[in-house]
Amino acid sequence: MSTYTENIQQIAQRLLKECRVEMVIGFRKGSMPLMNEPCVITQPEAVNQLVWDSNCGINLTHYLTNRKEKIGIVAKGCDSRNIVTHITENKIQREQLVIIGVPCLGMIDRRKINAMVEGDIQSVSETDDAVTVATRNGEQTFAKMDVLQQNCAVCVHRNPVIHDEMVADPVPEQNGVDQYADVAAIEAMTPDARWRFFDELLAPCIRCYACRNACPLCYCPTCFVDESKPQWVGKSQDPMDVRTFHFLRAYHCAGRCTDCGACERACPVGINMRLLTKKLNKDCLDLYGWEAGLSPDARPALDVYKANDPEDFIK
Amino acid sequence: MKNLLEHMGIEPDRLHFSWISSAESTKFVSVVREITAKVKALGPNERFVKKEAKVA
Repeated sequence: MSTYTENIQQIAQRLLKECRVEMVIGFRKGSMPLMNEPCVITQPEAVNQLVWDSNCGINLTHYLTNRKEKIGIVAKGCDSRNIVTHITENKIQREQLVIIGVPCLGMIDRRKINAMVEGDIQSVSETDDAVTVATRNGEQTFAKMDVLQQNCAVCVHRNPVIHDEMVADPVPEQNGVDQYADVAAIEAMTPDARWRFFDELLAPCIRCYACRNACPLCYCPTCFVDESKPQWVGKSQDPMDVRTFHFLRAYHCAGRCTDCGACERACPVGINMRLLTKKLNKDCLDLYGWEAGLSPDARPALDVYKANDPEDFIK
Repeated sequence: MKNLLEHMGIEPDRLHFSWISSAESTKFVSVVREITAKVKALGPNERFVKKEAKVA
């Protein structure tokens, strides 16, 4: 992975110099360790800002919505699937894009690391399979596998599904991982237990809408939670309002979510709202054999009709 | 929708879907009977109901 940064910079510079794109969207070092930030590069001289490591979890597709320019974009597996979804939904044209594909080995969950170290993290370095963090008290090294974001640990689409350039050879996809073990565990509970489980899961929610703002699917000009005529959902922190918000938000992502983890990553109180979106992903896969964003030519599960669509729920 | 509501803990017998033509009166009656029986068995709904606003 050490050559990724260099290759991204070279490709970005070439694209900008040849005027094939007006801007390149990528990552630069964040002001805090474990948090890289998105950046837009418009000058070939500025490409040395671009970096790549295991802290590039933000989904850059978010920045493509309704753009008119020619854009180069750095995309890992999940980002590329969201780009496909954007193309399918007419939020960007394929011809506008030069996709710089990055085979991804997973992103680090900063919360896991923060929970394991004492004191503030001052710097972070990584090799292919280990992460070393330095605090005032010294250094600690973790196996990267143990500190991956949960969605990365069970990811089966690590390589970009569409790309024009690649920064490295594709990485092997993970076989035999049980993607939906966490959802299945909830399905196995009784309705009462499930109700209590989500009560506890959503209790810390402060309705900041960071999950919505980080999500590349949430591009509506006015979100249903912000509308007041009619007001679809109460704006209070009443547990039912919180639950209604999360329920509806998940539903708006049905058949579109790629489980990129941007929502959970952005949440300031660490709620795993992916347990809702993942349930819908699982249903889409089980009922319609559909996984979002794998091909720009396929129509999404929710906008095609097949004579054999399951309809057990209708009496 | 039924799947996700049930995933969140709504009882499976609480929500029902049916497709009934205006000509299918007997089907309408039997579906309504079945639904009311199932919902009555569950009792009053306690979930997704907003209680009174909390006052600090």
